[in-house]
Amino acid sequence: MRATRLSVLLSYLLLGGMAALFIVPLLMMFVGSLKPDQSILVEGGSLAAFLPSEVSLQNYADVFRRSDFLRYFFNSLFITGCIVSSGLLVNSMAAYAFARLQWRGRDLLFNLVLALMILPFEAIAIPLFYGASMLGLRDSFSIQIVPFIANAFAIYLFYSFFIGMPKELEEAARLDGASTLRIFFSIIMPNAKPVFASVAILTFLTWWGSYLWPMMVTIGPSVRPLPVAIASFFTLPPLNWGDILAFGVMMVLPVLLLFIIFQRWFVRGVASSAIKG
Amino acid sequence: MTIRSRTSKQSATALLMAIPALAGLLLFILLPFAAALALAFTDLRLGSPLPVKFVGFGQFVQLFNDPDFMRALLNNLLFAAVVVPLQTVLALALALLLNQGLPGTVAFRTLFFMPVVFPMSLVSVIWSLIYAPGPDGMMNAFLEWASFGLWEARDFLRDPLLALPGIMLLSIWQGVEFQMVILLAGLQAIPQSLYEAAALDGAGRWQQLLHITLPQLRNPLIFVMLITTILAFRLFDQVQIMTRGGPDNATTTVIYEMVQSAFARQQVALASAMTVVFFLLVLAVTWLQRRYTHHEREMT
Repeated sequence: MRATRLSVLLSYLLLGGMAALFIVPLLMMFVGSLKPDQSILVEGGSLAAFLPSEVSLQNYADVFRRSDFLRYFFNSLFITGCIVSSGLLVNSMAAYAFARLQWRGRDLLFNLVLALMILPFEAIAIPLFYGASMLGLRDSFSIQIVPFIANAFAIYLFYSFFIGMPKELEEAARLDGASTLRIFFSIIMPNAKPVFASVAILTFLTWWGSYLWPMMVTIGPSVRPLPVAIASFFTLPPLNWGDILAFGVMMVLPVLLLFIIFQRWFVRGVASSAIKG
Repeated sequence: MTIRSRTSKQSATALLMAIPALAGLLLFILLPFAAALALAFTDLRLGSPLPVKFVGFGQFVQLFNDPDFMRALLNNLLFAAVVVPLQTVLALALALLLNQGLPGTVAFRTLFFMPVVFPMSLVSVIWSLIYAPGPDGMMNAFLEWASFGLWEARDFLRDPLLALPGIMLLSIWQGVEFQMVILLAGLQAIPQSLYEAAALDGAGRWQQLLHITLPQLRNPLIFVMLITTILAFRLFDQVQIMTRGGPDNATTTVIYEMVQSAFARQQVALASAMTVVFFLLVLAVTWLQRRYTHHEREMT
């Protein structure tokens, strides 16, 4: 028995060590955001980095004074919210048509959708950017939303779920004369909540943190989302680490809270992305 | 209602349901991708008054003679060669530790998973502070403490030798938990009876790991390695925010060069050629994954 007790102890030591590695940068951000700027760099090399010597919310006030934080936050929320909600509807409907309905060209088109899953966004960024520039659509909300609603991987995730659902409910409703659309909205959707949650979380995480595309298409601050905003706040003179960290805390805190509340769904959503293999 | 009219009515509904997504995929993925393939063989520049010419493989020849682009390719490959094995082993270790069912596992899983909700741009900013130059920088101070004072403070992000490893480290920090979750799900899908049988045969923990866990985990392992390799080729945010490809191209990447060409130099055709190279890399890795993944147990 001593060997197992030793291995349990060892496991906890390793887990604790790893936990420390994950927590240190986050703790530094939270604590640093409460400190006066001068002490952040000076105390960075000692344990004082994790102890708030004098607590003040001055940095937070500075963020609102020096940047249009609320606007960036709204922009991010609006862009991501539109992509997630329209994406759920559009992709789940297509997946249902592929999984359950009979129509000509279905298998061919579905194979095409599967093939498109391999294309990362970077493989289309340049022509999309060129097109957006030609059409004068840079610096708009629509160019940050519309191209990303239809998503091959989301269709695939919905499809895998729908194909595994029992057919009995749908058949009973069809015998009662319900239309296909009605069946989809009142029978399929309420019974497929787990896959809707997974796709919503994966889509949200992807676009909430997305940086490359908004960096390319936004010009001024009017439609700029948070990831681009913090990168430009980071280079806005004078360099003030207290303000930058406060910006970071405000940017991540709402999502962190959502994550802690809905942790089980987050984990399930991420794990579901592996069925691609 | 005859069967025939029912089917044609269903076809109409099916098209109605599928068309928004199909139109989106066609307009915003297939079409731009086809455009990238086509533009790569022209000499298009944004805002240039000259007519566009077909130049064959000219852009590709230019790319492979461009030391900056070759350096970018090398950096991506280096990044993949270091990050993929390290991150996978670390994720596996974490998943194994969490899979023992020890009390408190959920709390640890929450902690480990937290960086996933941090956008890479924010992570890059936080780690720029960790890598602050001078003896008061957190990483410098830690290394000095860990080496009993032997470490001399360096400016990580401006050091040609340390900048890329610095970016690798924070990328692992942010990416490992995503893999961990996928491997943990894979571990939990292994039938317990296999371990019981092995224990009856007197197999120790290492033997069980080698002969049951790893073979059973083959597909999830290959999958996470694929995802990480593709992420290594997509490397951009960290580089753009922390180093701008420098110092001396030490951290430049294919995507960074691609964006620079299209964005700063308006060379759409050259950037499209880079897109094609990037896509071929992704295609090759995906092909390898398909080839080495076992499909017998996929029938769920």
